[in-house]
Amino acid sequence: MLRFTVRRLLQAVPTLFVLSILVFAWLRLLPGGPATALLGDKATPERVAAMNEVLGLDDPLYVQYFGFLGRILTGDFGNSLITGDPVMEEVSWAFPATLELSVAAMFLAVLFGIPMGYIAARFRGRFLDNATVVTTLVGVAVPVFFLGFLLKYIFTQEMSLLPPSGRQDVLIDATRVTGIATLDGLLTGEFDATWDAMLHLILPAVALASIPFAVIVRITRASVLDVQGEDFVRTANSKGLTTQIVRKRHVLRNALLPVSTTIGLQTGLLMSGAVLTEKVFAWGGLGTLLEQAIQQRDYPRLQGLILLFATVFVLVNLLVDLSYAIIDPRVRVR
Amino acid sequence: MALLDVRDLSVVFKRKGTRPFTAVDGVSFSVEPGQTVGLVGESGSGKSVTSLAIMGLLRKRGAEIGGSVTFEDTELLTLSDKQLRDRRGRDLGMVFQDPLSSLNPVITIGLQITEVLERHRGMSRKEARVEAAELLDRVGLPDPQRRIDEYPHQLSGGMRQRVLIAIALACRPKLLIADEPTTALDVTIQAQILSLLSELVSETDTALIMITHDLGIVAGLCDDVNVMYGGRIVERAQRHDLFDRSRHPYTHGLLQSIPRLDAPRGEPLTPIRGSVSDNIEWEQGCAFAPRCPNATDVCWSEPPELKADDGRMLRCHNPVAIGDAVTEGAL
Repeated sequence: MLRFTVRRLLQAVPTLFVLSILVFAWLRLLPGGPATALLGDKATPERVAAMNEVLGLDDPLYVQYFGFLGRILTGDFGNSLITGDPVMEEVSWAFPATLELSVAAMFLAVLFGIPMGYIAARFRGRFLDNATVVTTLVGVAVPVFFLGFLLKYIFTQEMSLLPPSGRQDVLIDATRVTGIATLDGLLTGEFDATWDAMLHLILPAVALASIPFAVIVRITRASVLDVQGEDFVRTANSKGLTTQIVRKRHVLRNALLPVSTTIGLQTGLLMSGAVLTEKVFAWGGLGTLLEQAIQQRDYPRLQGLILLFATVFVLVNLLVDLSYAIIDPRVRVR
Repeated sequence: MALLDVRDLSVVFKRKGTRPFTAVDGVSFSVEPGQTVGLVGESGSGKSVTSLAIMGLLRKRGAEIGGSVTFEDTELLTLSDKQLRDRRGRDLGMVFQDPLSSLNPVITIGLQITEVLERHRGMSRKEARVEAAELLDRVGLPDPQRRIDEYPHQLSGGMRQRVLIAIALACRPKLLIADEPTTALDVTIQAQILSLLSELVSETDTALIMITHDLGIVAGLCDDVNVMYGGRIVERAQRHDLFDRSRHPYTHGLLQSIPRLDAPRGEPLTPIRGSVSDNIEWEQGCAFAPRCPNATDVCWSEPPELKADDGRMLRCHNPVAIGDAVTEGAL
């Protein structure tokens, strides 16, 4: 298992290397280039050339690339063009917020998605199953921002139950430890801060969870139905095992294999959903940074964010592979 | 008293939008304690469905089961799911055709054996593990102490089938049903598995229902043989009677289509013409009539009954004449 983990970690290195090339190339291929972006469209060619020299853009591409790679490896992603702050600093400030939101959303999606998919499969063709299929279809089809506004309308405006936006009430002066608001309160003993942060987290997490939830329900349902018809389930029944053991040990365990793949893919997609959700709920995370960076062509920040998203995606897939190896012994040997 | 008594068993599959399909139609036979009974027929003859109906493994939805299956005075068809689960694996064991797909790929073979010991013999996980290793040893799996923690994909086909046999026999059932247990295996392994099966059932005095399309297996193993065609039993005889003088044209055809070593070189095999898809409904006449060399007008108009004839049961209007037989030595 350890060897498997190390091997998969090493396999992630070339992936990230290729990614850095792509990000680098993308930046060079954009019309106008960073100098124009910095100086504006009306800059004279002389000023652009001067700026290119300052930025090192008149060097050969490979020199530029290795310089870029070297700086990345030391954690230097340059400074944001909007704020002038180091990108690394901005990102490390905003990342915990997005992490908190994504993890909460995925947690909800898995916690409710797998049982619902399983139940739908068991009551296949009956009311409960049909209701689930329709619900999940809606879940996939409704855009995150629409659901977000709808939730805000119901739970904030009409019922006054939950806060409409933000991560924490402005009046609460919480100590920042990890940047994950719900966790920080627990670490410092400021339980009211945690409670408030959780209230703020509910609506955005639900909105963001809707699509992965729906997908997980559908995959679980299909997978359980598939496994139920397998020969080894018949064998398990022929042994007279209780339905409980047949379901848990023989059906569910095998049915979870495709589900874990889905969870990995959905976690990657969650990032794009988070951008929209953060906008709707004024959640100060990476989505907010990304939105500003795109609007104002903040290339250094974009670069850093893209590499970060890609790295997270690679790591999540690594986790999926590991979970696969835990569930399925056939993967381990290969 | 018979250990298992199957009376007038019928299985009809019904699905919305399709014609009901009668897979098993009035099948009756019995198995004495320790006896080995063969259920022979080609694909679609209803032999596997018969075994699944006996085990209560057919899905309730879509399958209508009629008749009766009595096991030691208990009517199995009316038992609740829970009561059936109490007996399956303990009194009745089953070995399936494809050993790879019949084992759970993600748990160790050890657990797949111990779970049945824990369920029916009340053993602790530890005791069950010791017993499982002994069982694996008994079915001839080399190095059982190591193999017990391996997964099905790490074993060869023959070893997997040995594991399935160990599972089926773990609680010393009184009846074992083997559904084509060697079909998915190499010929050399087939013989090993068959001799292992016959050895184990005679050692423990377990009754065995051998389901196969291979008359060679029947010849070496079974006391009584039931030949099925189109969901009904068409001939039932003791092994020697059947092979000495098969009377039903279908059985006769099956025996003639087996290659013989003592046949003159170049002599062609005599296959049964047509296929199961040519069958007519039993209500109209004899289902085998379209493929039968002996068929006459009566075969097309009147369904034959299963009647005692010449020391056997036979369902045929025009049986093969006595004396026109294939001998067992040929196999």
